Amino acid sequence: MSDLADLNVGEAATGLRAGDFSSVELTDAVIKRAGITESHLHAYLTFDQDAARDAARVADDARAGGEDRGPLHGIPIALKDNMTTRGTETTAGSKILAGYVPPYDAAVVERLQSRHAVILGKTNLDEYAMGSSTENSAYGPTRNPWDTERIPGGSSGGSAAAVAVGSAMAALGSDTGGSIRQPAAMCGIVGVKPTYGLVSRYGLIAFASSLDQIGPFARTVADAASLLEVIAEFDIRDATSYRGERPAFSQALEEGVAGMRVGVVTELSGDGIDAEVAAACRAMYDSLANAGAEVSEVSLPASEYALSAYYLIAPAEASANLARFDGVRYGLRVGGATTEEMMARTRAEGFGPEVTRRILLGTYALSAGYYDAFYGQAQKVRTLVRRDFAAAYEKVDVLVSPTSPTTAFPIGERTADPLSMYYADVCTIASNLAGDPSGSVPIGLDNQGLPIGFQIMAPALHEANLFRAAAEVERLATFSHRPALATSEVRPA
Amino acid sequence: MSGWEAVIGIETHVELQTRSKMFCGCAVDFGAEPNTTVCPVCLALPGALPVPNQEAIEGILSIGAAFECELVTDSLFHRKNYFYPDLPKNYQISQYDVPLCVNGHLDVEVEGEEHRIGITRVHMEEDTGKSLHGSETGRIHDAEYSLLDFNRSGVPLVEIVSEPDIRSPEQARAYAAELQRVVRSLGVSDVRLEEGSVRFDANISVRPVGQAEYGTRAEVKNMNSLRSLQRAVAYEIERQIAVIEGGGEIVQETRHWDEGSGKTSSMRSKEESEDYRYFQEPDLVPLHVDDEWRERVVAGLPELPAVRRHRIAESGVDRQAAAVMVEAGDLADLFDDAVAGGADPRTVGNWLSGDVVAYLRRNDTTLQETHLSGAHLQELAEMVREGALSSTAAKDVLGRVLQGEGTPAALAAKHDLIQISDSGELEAEVDAVLAANVDVLGKIRGGDMKPIGFLVGQVMKATRGKADPKVVSELIRTKAAEG
Repeated sequence: MSDLADLNVGEAATGLRAGDFSSVELTDAVIKRAGITESHLHAYLTFDQDAARDAARVADDARAGGEDRGPLHGIPIALKDNMTTRGTETTAGSKILAGYVPPYDAAVVERLQSRHAVILGKTNLDEYAMGSSTENSAYGPTRNPWDTERIPGGSSGGSAAAVAVGSAMAALGSDTGGSIRQPAAMCGIVGVKPTYGLVSRYGLIAFASSLDQIGPFARTVADAASLLEVIAEFDIRDATSYRGERPAFSQALEEGVAGMRVGVVTELSGDGIDAEVAAACRAMYDSLANAGAEVSEVSLPASEYALSAYYLIAPAEASANLARFDGVRYGLRVGGATTEEMMARTRAEGFGPEVTRRILLGTYALSAGYYDAFYGQAQKVRTLVRRDFAAAYEKVDVLVSPTSPTTAFPIGERTADPLSMYYADVCTIASNLAGDPSGSVPIGLDNQGLPIGFQIMAPALHEANLFRAAAEVERLATFSHRPALATSEVRPA
Repeated sequence: MSGWEAVIGIETHVELQTRSKMFCGCAVDFGAEPNTTVCPVCLALPGALPVPNQEAIEGILSIGAAFECELVTDSLFHRKNYFYPDLPKNYQISQYDVPLCVNGHLDVEVEGEEHRIGITRVHMEEDTGKSLHGSETGRIHDAEYSLLDFNRSGVPLVEIVSEPDIRSPEQARAYAAELQRVVRSLGVSDVRLEEGSVRFDANISVRPVGQAEYGTRAEVKNMNSLRSLQRAVAYEIERQIAVIEGGGEIVQETRHWDEGSGKTSSMRSKEESEDYRYFQEPDLVPLHVDDEWRERVVAGLPELPAVRRHRIAESGVDRQAAAVMVEAGDLADLFDDAVAGGADPRTVGNWLSGDVVAYLRRNDTTLQETHLSGAHLQELAEMVREGALSSTAAKDVLGRVLQGEGTPAALAAKHDLIQISDSGELEAEVDAVLAANVDVLGKIRGGDMKPIGFLVGQVMKATRGKADPKVVSELIRTKAAEG
């Protein structure tokens, strides 16, 4: 492996510390890789080579001056384009924010910069993170590096594809109903949605505030843990930020699963799960048992209603969160005879069909006379889902399931049928409703050569459980496949 | 309105004078250049999040405590959704079904009769920005452009909702006035109607006397003085009675008070009113107020105006004078200061509520600018008590102290105002007056005491007002009896 772009974060950090190569060299390798892959994938909306090289130089200079800011020092990282970056266009994948340049950095961006991470650019996403395929981006879809006729998952498809292909060493995504884990599964990499409140949402363009959480994409479980340790910090600017001390995750990686109680979620084992995905997961349950875990079946009865509840709660919050995009202060403005007409035209033209659909759904669910039947009812389901998890975690340390019911589906297959698209989140949504941490680890390929993701869920603030099990799954799966696009034989299209 | 009873509830908005805004660190500064006290949060830039202001929460808790509300342990913030250009998020963070303070009351007095007005709730919300419409009328309809100033966006607002316990325009005014006094005494807002730091909206309905159900109500807005509140309520009551007596029906609607015409007119009917789609604000957690905090707020309350008025009146001051001093606040502070130093309450109370108020009004100035102190009043009162100054001379000295000419003792001496109370000193003057008025003296000796006043006046004249009239009167009586 001579190409620096193929190193994982841990390896690159070791090389940088040893002086084997510089951050500028590492960043150049990743820039070069992006030069090859971007025309195939469209993982990025903004890719700023010059800024990345400058940041790499700063990181190198700091290191030359004796500084070492930890595992991300000098590592090239991508950001989903729903995190604000001062001076760099931030669109959330929406036409309504085309050309919008924020005057401030998101909390996670500050964190990364303070550790001398190198920010490469902004990755593609479903508009406002609403979608499961990245096809809802106003700037065109991202393609799956394993098969460019297929979707990379979503909504953080750009971040997942970039990490899978080596056009970023790691990336941040956001997960509202599975938007980190599902694309991680589709792209054959590791993705983690932390406990709600662990990572500051300040500067994350909100989709559904009570569900959104920023988390890492990486090629290894250890890399994901390092990245999460850096960004998981209390932030006074986010009132939902967890105030307590952050537990350490990294030391759990080597513990193994001997004696660990692993619950297989009954409701996510059979019906509606693709046979190959189900079989691969079953094989992993057996492997975990063989490795010493106490594997049992656990039922989450309310999970049947989780998807429906989610598609009321998330759109309801979104309907208010997206109200600020009105053409008055920033972004697109389409003129009208009155203020109301200007706002209406701006929004009609600026938002894509899926965003419009969800705003309408959410507005309806909150309307007088419908609130109790829809939003109110959905909140009750949310409570039941939480109770299910709480009861389950009395018996087990982690819960496991497939991350997604299928592997990556062809581009355009589900765009005409929103419900089938929503179903792509069926395994991941419950963790968001509960606010619990959850991650996806690749465990194999299906017969079409597409990655299968394995989901591990843990109780709130027990990321250590999650990483402990995830590291074992990673060892047991020995998933060393890389998409063809990640190899240097591929030439620009 | 005989045969009819008015039912009135008042919604009050109070702008808190905190250092920073409700959900961000921007300064609350009403004099600042437009759009200079703004940040990503109060401009609702993408990704910005609200964080509650502790000082504002303290402020609203003290208001709630002053109304003897129950302070709710875990109250909730909600989003109130509506589109308006000066509301940058297009929702307002407010409180809905679980406000911070509930079930309080405020006692108001009208013509000597006390009424208890229930306070349903006191809740926290944020203000909007301001729109300036580029048209001759200043109204949006014919504006060519509109300018937005977001300095006010996110300023803490407290909404105080009364029960429909108010029955007359006079009570409505008394309620509003007392509410202002209470809030002002807490030091959390200057509650100036003219400047918009307090706004009163009145919900008004009428019903036949004896009927239990409420009539259909109209909400009246845009009253910018206590007088206009009273007028608007009175007008609306009459209007509603006239509509019903004329066979019509009251429409549930919002009505606009026009100060010039002295009338209310329809703004929008309830059917056109918006559905605010309230839901719990997911960016904020429930606001937890524990026992310790609650107790600290209650313990930190100042003496409230009603209690203060009562206490001052109890000390011997005329009730009206006590009310005048408490109304102004700083007058009562000065009163307390002087009395604490030993001054006679009645004397000081009369000066402050009479002479000082008149002086301030005449000179269009404030108490602070006069440098009148409690020590001055105490010194002056002591001189009166000792008989060194007549009450007339004391008022003269007080006027000079207010002008900043010096201290009472120095001024009395300088202007030769010290009263002659020594009977030895006054005897010669009295003898001279009696000698010149033998006939009058005769009448007195004959048993007619009325002319004594005339003789006292003559002595006062002769001493250019410096004689102590009590001593003079005594001397005259003694000499008449001796005769």
